[in-house]
Amino acid sequence: MVPLNYYLVLSAVLFAIGTAGVFVRRNLITILLSIEIMLNAVNLTFVAFGRALGAADGQIIVFFVMTVAAAEAAVGLAIVISLFRHRESLNPDRFTALKW
Amino acid sequence: MVFYLFAAVAVIASLLVIAQRNPIYSVLLLIASFGALSGLYVLLDAPFVAVIQIIVYAGAIMVLFLFVVMLLNAPHEDTDYDERAHPLMRPGARRFGAVLAAVLIVELVWALTRHGESGVFAGGSVSSVSAIGRLLFTDYAFPFEVTSVLILVAMVGAVVLARREH
Repeated sequence: MVPLNYYLVLSAVLFAIGTAGVFVRRNLITILLSIEIMLNAVNLTFVAFGRALGAADGQIIVFFVMTVAAAEAAVGLAIVISLFRHRESLNPDRFTALKW
Repeated sequence: MVFYLFAAVAVIASLLVIAQRNPIYSVLLLIASFGALSGLYVLLDAPFVAVIQIIVYAGAIMVLFLFVVMLLNAPHEDTDYDERAHPLMRPGARRFGAVLAAVLIVELVWALTRHGESGVFAGGSVSSVSAIGRLLFTDYAFPFEVTSVLILVAMVGAVVLARREH
């Protein structure tokens, strides 16, 4: 079986890919997708550590993270739809005013 | 060996997610990445997490993303600079962000591989759904109920935010 460190390195690489996506992309939907990549990288760490410690708590925390991710995606996409109706754009650089 | 296959699929699909210009391809590639992660969860003796990864993530959340992408019908980014430019060649903050992410990878890999000892997994593992469910309704009963309230709030919030104003 592959040792724990391999899973942690894979998780680190995935998290960095998600971070780069948030910084590099200028599209609100792709930025939300990058946040999902980061959440999944952390989930992998939880499951790997839970397996290493022989406890079920890691899997339960992953369950909660997935629930929060679903809520975040629903509200975030609703905000994206609302913004797109106002500005006809998905570029976050265009949304510079707090109120219009 | 199966680990390397799943890991390669996950990393390559995730890289392509942030490299695609069309969000629909990004969403579909992210589903592939989640499938590979689900395989890794099976390797880690966590079939419950693997199944909800497919059902909840790849099934529900990604379909929501796909629905919004198709609803908005705005496939391409509108930016002030040439979108075909390589991310590292782009102006200012974006180049800095890409370099910062590369530094994060190097630091994390260095920190995790510095020690010679390779973390070996313990013998026992908890993989049965009944054990997880029992723990969820005893030790984690309060967070579980809070989660249901969170989902209700998110549902109401999403309906109010996306509603067309009259």
